Amino acid sequence: MIAPSTTMKDSVVLQVRNLQVSYYTDAGRARALDGVDLTLCAGEKLGLVGESGSGKSTMALAMMRMIKPPGRIEGGQVIVDGTDLIHISDKAMLKARLSKIAYIPQGAMNSLNPVIRIGAQMMDAIKAHKDESTSDWISAADMEKRCKQALESVDLKSNVFKMYAHELSGGMKQRVCIAISILLRPKVIIADEPTSALDVVTQRQVMETIDRVQEQIGAAVILIGHDMGLMAQFVDKVAVMYAGRLMELSNVRDMFTDPKHPYAQALIRSLPNLENKGVFNGIPGMAPALLQLPGGCAFHPRCPYVMEICKTQRPEPTTLPGERIVECYLYPANA
Amino acid sequence: MASITLPQPEIYRPSRLTLLFGYMRRNIGLGIGLFILLLLVAFTLYGLATADLSHAYPLSVKGKQPPSWEFPLGTDFFGRDLYVAMVVGLKETAAIGFLAGALGTLIGVLLGFVAAYFGGWLDLIIKGICQILTPIPALLIQVIIAGSLDKRDVTIYTMAFVVVLLAWMGPTLVIRAQVLTMKERQFVSVAKLSGMGDLGIIFGEILPNLLPFIAAAFVNQVFIAVYASFLLAVLGLGPLREPLLGNTIWAAQTQSAFFNNWWWWPVFPAVALVLILGSLAFINMGLDELANPRIRRAE
Amino acid sequence: MTNLLELKNVSKIYSRGLLSQVSTTALNNVSLRLDDHEPTVMTVAGESGSGKTTLAMLLLGFIEPTSGQIFYKGQDIHTLRGEDRMMFRREVQAVFQDPFAVFNPFYTVDHLLSVPIDRFKLAKSKSEARDKMVEALTAVGLRPGDVLGRFPHQLSGGQRQRINVARALMLRPKLLVADEPVSMVDASLRANILETLRGLQKNYGVSVIYITHDLTTAYHVAKSIVVLYRGCVMEAGDVDTVIKSPQHPYTRLLVDSIPWPDINRRWGETQIKAREMDLTEQVVGCRFSSRCPFVMDKCSQDPPLFQLNHYQAASCYLLEGNPVIAPEKISDLLPV
Repeated sequence: MIAPSTTMKDSVVLQVRNLQVSYYTDAGRARALDGVDLTLCAGEKLGLVGESGSGKSTMALAMMRMIKPPGRIEGGQVIVDGTDLIHISDKAMLKARLSKIAYIPQGAMNSLNPVIRIGAQMMDAIKAHKDESTSDWISAADMEKRCKQALESVDLKSNVFKMYAHELSGGMKQRVCIAISILLRPKVIIADEPTSALDVVTQRQVMETIDRVQEQIGAAVILIGHDMGLMAQFVDKVAVMYAGRLMELSNVRDMFTDPKHPYAQALIRSLPNLENKGVFNGIPGMAPALLQLPGGCAFHPRCPYVMEICKTQRPEPTTLPGERIVECYLYPANA
Repeated sequence: MASITLPQPEIYRPSRLTLLFGYMRRNIGLGIGLFILLLLVAFTLYGLATADLSHAYPLSVKGKQPPSWEFPLGTDFFGRDLYVAMVVGLKETAAIGFLAGALGTLIGVLLGFVAAYFGGWLDLIIKGICQILTPIPALLIQVIIAGSLDKRDVTIYTMAFVVVLLAWMGPTLVIRAQVLTMKERQFVSVAKLSGMGDLGIIFGEILPNLLPFIAAAFVNQVFIAVYASFLLAVLGLGPLREPLLGNTIWAAQTQSAFFNNWWWWPVFPAVALVLILGSLAFINMGLDELANPRIRRAE
Repeated sequence: MTNLLELKNVSKIYSRGLLSQVSTTALNNVSLRLDDHEPTVMTVAGESGSGKTTLAMLLLGFIEPTSGQIFYKGQDIHTLRGEDRMMFRREVQAVFQDPFAVFNPFYTVDHLLSVPIDRFKLAKSKSEARDKMVEALTAVGLRPGDVLGRFPHQLSGGQRQRINVARALMLRPKLLVADEPVSMVDASLRANILETLRGLQKNYGVSVIYITHDLTTAYHVAKSIVVLYRGCVMEAGDVDTVIKSPQHPYTRLLVDSIPWPDINRRWGETQIKAREMDLTEQVVGCRFSSRCPFVMDKCSQDPPLFQLNHYQAASCYLLEGNPVIAPEKISDLLPV
């Protein structure tokens, strides 16, 4: 069972401030991220939810500084353990990846090299991201031991070290990817839809594995996805994204019982559960194209509570009791 | 479930021309190749329209003249105006290239499709023949064939035929491989569900998606044809009367052009050949990128 | 009462190697029946490797069973020719999982809709055809002007999948095989697509076979359920009964692992034993025995189907003592 985490409030490991990312295409500029703010403490689990095109995957790539042209990080800071990742050199960022912040991409299990043994790939990962000159450098034998330990902590037998990717099932491959991500004990782990191609039982196994390893190394986890059910089972806080903006950030209990933002409300309402069989509550309309965002609040064309001001001015984030943040004129900023 | 009709803002869609030029800028190979090819075509067309084509044949003008205003590329030992010879030569090279190229590609498409789509014995036979013929040194066989033909029978068309004889296997295998993957794609299953028969699927669903590959195979075949015909001509096995590029160089060699200081005689055809083959190679590279969306650089 | 569709003891075995040394049983002696006059939504639930995709391919006539027969309106589908075959093609349609793969990237999305209209002669003129397309697209909540004339890569996944469903709507088939139609679609759009599928059955008399691994959506859409594991039927019956009180250990594991979007309903304490084994391993007896927390010696013998009540049966020795029913009779249990 996945237990809610006990966190230490002072140990903030991740701070994202006003992150801006745009893609420059032949048809114009698409603002994939338009000023996103986040804070995470050690051991905390955050769920980042949104439809396709909401910017959640871009968020992960931006934090890892893996945005490729025609995309560009245009502003903001990503501070992990005291270091602003956006403004350090490429070389320093290379070392920071995996050692400070790790990323499990969508379909990671398909990105394991098919012609190299699992163990060799894990060792490669360590060698690539560890700094040779520092005193942290460890010998090959120690590296192997660490890899095998990582495999064990994700519930795989250490003989997987010598196997090839095709000899493993989907769930096992995904757990290998989780093992790779914890090799250097990062402070933040970003998992982008880690279970999308897996069946329900394997999905549960993988999520419970992530939970267990996260507790072991005390990292913060950002789970990106669109499955609210998974969020309810796993995370402590939920952030809802829409059109590159953060609409609401609440703890998981509040988000499911009393969502504040109209979009979050519509999302929660559309979820199937055991009581309302046969009742379908889709959200009318469609998410806007990032190339042509509506003025003011991005959600206003689909919002049942839209007011005049929503169409022209983007609302400021408001803090509500219980450490909740909402961007909506229904909750005006406290005077 | 309520549905709200929403005004959908118009997304700026750039014009086709802008997209084309934008693409050329990124796919430099294709751009350069097409540009050079266009220059050559323009040169040839202009020459065909303005010059006296009989000057491409011996005893037409004063011989052994270096390049000048009157004879831009000079003249040769036999009294041919090399500029006109170049123009006619380019035209005939183009003819051989396209003829052999088209024939080779056509065979490749037909056999490749049939082998891949219908499988079974047909596939085994076609694939087998291709795999057996491929390692045979084509040039050797072509030299033997061309060499044993009566000099009077060697025309542009026999040249093209000789070249195609051993070049059709490449496109066949490539097209076959592509069709094999394509026929497993889900849109083919959906087409079957929509009532499409086999022929409809081959021509309607699979063929259009293979156009970039077929184009690339065609360019490749033209390349091979031009190169092979050039080689045969340089060895003196071409239609000797025609001013093919290779023939010109062969003639120059038999008359020891360099020793006699008639440098312009072999040099210009050589340069022309490099330009032709170079442009074809660039276009081929560019088409490779077009056909394979994974290599295609992000827009 | 004629049967719309009948699978009689269908098995599909794939063999590898020159001497057929290694074989995988994708489906093992499965029998199902769908009534002609009472359209229903049946869900076939299972994880990857359970045989559900093989079942879909068999139903659509794309592959042949190794043993057993498949009947459509009383005729073996692999003996159909000519007019009858065209009728089968027209009346049995599918919605696939990947919204992008079903489109031919060379054509606009119109092609997906116009081809069947043309081949099945559903319209007498171009304008009538266009009307049909517009009608179907509007019915799934799309605006035809936004979608027609565009290329598949210009549309979102949700839009593409809705077009797929519109195609099914337009063709008014008798049987629709929906293979994971919403698993690659955003959670917020699933409601819309599922509602359309349900509507097909309610309003147009289409029988739907909804294949999925997601029991949540299955619960909302279907009336009856068949749970598959490695080619064998583990449990079958009325969807409410089976999901609310699963009897087979595998079904219990599935239901327990559903991520309900309800914080008061967290994943249970049941331990899961992973499937670490090779798919081609020959298992004797109950396929689930290697992962079952209640495994007994008896399980090395293939358990028969025990009927628990009017609308539920499971293939597990834990239920020994209940009457046994033959695999062919399983469809009697499934409500309509």
